Amino acid sequence: MALIEHTAAAVDSVADKGETIGGWIQHHLINGPEWHILPGVNIHLPHFPPLHFLGMRIDLSITNHVVMLWIAGLSLILLFKLSFKKNQMIPRGIGSLLEMLVIFIRDEIGIVNMGEKEGRRFTPLLVTFFFFILLSNLMGLIPLFSTPTSNINVTGALALVTLASTQYFGIREQGLIGYYKNLVPHGVPILLWPLMFVIEIMGILAKHVALTIRLFANMVAGHIVLFAFLGLIIIFKSYYVSPVSVGFGIFVYFLELLVAFIQAYIFTVLSALFIGMSVNPEH
Amino acid sequence: MWSSALAFLAAGIGAGLVSIGAGIGIGRIAASAMDGTARQPEATGAIRTTMIIAAAMIEGVALFGAVICFILASK
Repeated sequence: MALIEHTAAAVDSVADKGETIGGWIQHHLINGPEWHILPGVNIHLPHFPPLHFLGMRIDLSITNHVVMLWIAGLSLILLFKLSFKKNQMIPRGIGSLLEMLVIFIRDEIGIVNMGEKEGRRFTPLLVTFFFFILLSNLMGLIPLFSTPTSNINVTGALALVTLASTQYFGIREQGLIGYYKNLVPHGVPILLWPLMFVIEIMGILAKHVALTIRLFANMVAGHIVLFAFLGLIIIFKSYYVSPVSVGFGIFVYFLELLVAFIQAYIFTVLSALFIGMSVNPEH
Repeated sequence: MWSSALAFLAAGIGAGLVSIGAGIGIGRIAASAMDGTARQPEATGAIRTTMIIAAAMIEGVALFGAVICFILASK
């Protein structure tokens, strides 16, 4: 029929220009110098020449994901600024919803994992982690926005904050030598001590790398599956695949919504656990 | 040409194996969660929370393998 031929002809003409499904998926997920702000409108972002620092090339030009990070940060600051009114003891509206979440993070995540005093002290950090990662994950589900946390550098930076917090606050609590001595459990024979020490150090690094990759891979995998389902229509070159394809796409979209919340919660819980373990060493 | 073909093949087989591992792991968690809830229905809330956290951990490990498959498939 004419409809099938028209679809096939459209797909073939695009394939002639060298575009593939893999390229289409990558183009939507990758960090680029263009900000696709409206359909058909691309803002070209400024490119700064790379700085050379200790033999590394550091490229600080503004890209797509950087703009998304700024939007997430500014929205978060505005959201919390507007819902906190100093002259009211009990917040109303959006403030009450945010207060519920902040109290949940303070009680169920902070105090349970870190103890009463430390839980209250670290609540601002945990609330920032939770809301920033949640907002960044949800931004990928809005059309025309892309996910900052689908970039391994962003999630690596967040895990680096957790690593720096564990080391800094652990050393502050127990002293420089005391912190590293307390990594190895008590009662280990002295001949085994160097091996256990190396294992504990590798364990700390591996746990933080796992934090990075878990968030990054969950975000990227969700988007790739969604784009792959929509790309099935192109691969089969027919309109008849679209009900199935769009149906599965909607299912994966809601799954991604759930995964966005769960991954933000998991990152916060694990950060609280690691910081708690470094500040209150178990004997 | 051979290395590219083998990379694609490895990516496919790897993704399948990773899914098997994740499926088995999360299936066992769900089974234990249902056993626990059947024994003590008033602990449903705590069991559900622990189940979701454990499932996210296992999915994290499965996605390490998936990331390697992405890297292979894009060569």
